[in-house]
Parts: sequence; structure tokens; C-alpha cells
Amino acid sequence: MANDYPQGVDMAAAIAAGFVLDRRDAVPKLIGRHEDFLFVTGLAGTARDIAALTHDGAHIYTMAGAMGGACMIGLGLALARPDKRVLVATGDGELLMNVGALATIAILNPANLSILVVDNGHYGETGYQKSHTSLGVDLEKIAAGSGIKRTRTIANETGLAEGGRMLREGNGTAFIVLKVKPDDPPPYKRNLDPASCRVRFRTALLSTA
Amino acid sequence: MPDRQDAAVRWQDELYALLRRHNITQFAYVPDAGHRILIDRSLADPDVHSVALTTEEEGVALMAGADLGGARGVLLMQSSGAGNCINMLSLIKGGHFPFLTLLSMRGDFGEGNPWQYPMGQAVEPVLSAMGVICLRIERAEDVVPTVSAALTMVCQGGRAVAVLLTQKLLGAKAF
Repeated sequence: MANDYPQGVDMAAAIAAGFVLDRRDAVPKLIGRHEDFLFVTGLAGTARDIAALTHDGAHIYTMAGAMGGACMIGLGLALARPDKRVLVATGDGELLMNVGALATIAILNPANLSILVVDNGHYGETGYQKSHTSLGVDLEKIAAGSGIKRTRTIANETGLAEGGRMLREGNGTAFIVLKVKPDDPPPYKRNLDPASCRVRFRTALLSTA
Repeated sequence: MPDRQDAAVRWQDELYALLRRHNITQFAYVPDAGHRILIDRSLADPDVHSVALTTEEEGVALMAGADLGGARGVLLMQSSGAGNCINMLSLIKGGHFPFLTLLSMRGDFGEGNPWQYPMGQAVEPVLSAMGVICLRIERAEDVVPTVSAALTMVCQGGRAVAVLLTQKLLGAKAF
């Protein structure tokens, strides 16, 4: 039977496991006004989500390699700029590669940092192999066990508005898992040059006080 | 040896002051005996962020984030930590991020632990392959001038630089 899903994905099983939301719809709804944040993103999926949302704006730094670095880039930025809200948007696979970063972040608990994991339970970019979160690993529990006090898993529409508020609250680092269907991110073509993106980001941020 | 201890305290305190004069405000590290004084000084300093890592590659990404926000940092690690950083250095090299790391060496002069040699001896070729310039220090009187040079290379030259505090300088750990 023909369908629009990526090849090899068992969508019925994914939906039965709670991976239901459409990321193209849920990520923008959850984030709301994107101008409220400086963004650091993971590779592939979340990079495209945020590039599409912001039209590859100068307030985003997207990755396409150095997997496992998104949360710590976000921490360095949040510590450097306590006057700005920093949102790390990354995927389950990217976070799993360096999950110890959650422990590092928890003990500092910067008030202006939030982490959004767009969890589709799969490694989408490499052919939709199942990730650990499809096989029983719960990233919210890992974050909570690491010591992050404000955590939430959002798996349906009704949680999106409160999630958006959580990302903006200033009483400690927030960690949200947004469970989404294993389906493709927006097909947005962003700037892939990490050096020109660095200059773009710094010029925009540091030339405005 | 008390004399040696006093000399170590002196150059480490001078080194901390030098880093602070260059507006280094993020000190990242995996706990390490060779960097003990710098780490303790950063913990006691209300004007800096002292960031204890679970693995050194976190520190590489942290330095890039600091730079995006207009701040400066230093990554303090043991030579074994260099190996944990390799792919994350793609971010530094590809993004042309300035990057400073100080390494306390194991597996070189007078090392007695055979486990320390593979990574210790690979530090320079591996970091060089990822575009990090390596500067070695063997004498206490060279610490401040060498790190001063490294700071110029990083802060003005925009380079990635590793300063290797060798076991000739630090003394081989006694087991």
C-alpha cells in the first residue's frame, strides 16, 4: 500500500508508541514567537525545523556535523549572554550521543537556557533506523535523573501552549521532549557553512547590545 | 618536595591572573591533578563560570558557544582527554572558532603507567591533524610567556591552540 511516509518506517507502531504529532506543525506551535530566543540546533531534522521557522535567521546557529555538541554550545552561549534566552532544539539521536551534557548543564542550571528535544524515535537523516527512544529509553527521565528540575514530555496538541510558556520561564533550565511522528522535517535549504554562520550570528548579536 | 610545590603554585597563580587579564570567563574541565590550582581558583572566582564536564568534548562545544555570545573560555584537560575531543574539533576548525586548551601531559617524560602512553604520545599528531596548533612547555619560566603567546594567537589571531604542560614541567605522577 502506497503512503507518504519515509521508506522503512513502521508508522503504525510509532503512533501506537505515542509518536503522533506532526513536527512541521508542532514545533512552530510550541515555540511561538521565535524572535524571543537565540537558537542552537542539532543536525538535520531540528536544523531544518528552526531554519524553516526563522527563514535561516541570524539568531540561529545550526549544525550539520560535530554531533553531540548542541546542548553544550547552548550552555556556553547562555552563560555568555544571561540577558538573552537561549533555546537548544535538537533531536533524540544528537542528544543521545552526548547525554552527559545534561549532567553538566544541571549542576549550573542557567535560568536563560531551555532544551527542546524533537524526539521522533529514529535517526531520520541516515534512513530512519530506530533510535534508543523507540526501544524504551526515556530522555525526560534521564534529564530529571541528571538533576534538571523542570522537565516535561509533550505528546499531544494540548501540551503545546504550556510547553511554550515553560521555554520562557526564568527559574532554571527547562527540558522538554516533544514526541513527533518519524516523518520528514521541512525541506528547507539552510546555510551549511559553519564559519559564515558564526560570523552572521556574532555580527547580529554583538552589534546590538 | 616543598620547593617544587611552591614553584608550581607560583606559576599556576600567575597563569590564572594572565587568563583573567585576557577576559577568560568560562573555565571548563574534567577534574585533574595537573590543573588543580586553576580549577580551584575558577571555583572561588565569582566573576567566572567554572564548568565541570563529564567528558572533554563537551568543553570544545562550550567554547564555541561562548564565542557565539562574545565571551572567552579555556578548556583544561589531561592528555587523555584530547582523544575525546577529536570529532567535536570539526566545529572549531570548520567554524573558524578561536579555541584555547591547556593540557596536563601524561604518557611522556618519566611516565610509569603504561596505559597513559598511547594517547599521551598521540596528542600532538592528533590535535595537529584537526587544525590545533600545539605549543609545548618544559620549564616553569616558560609558562607565562608561552600562554601569553597562545592567548594572542587565539584572541587576536583567531586560531585554535593547545598548550602542552609536559611532565618535565609538572613532574611525573608517582604511582
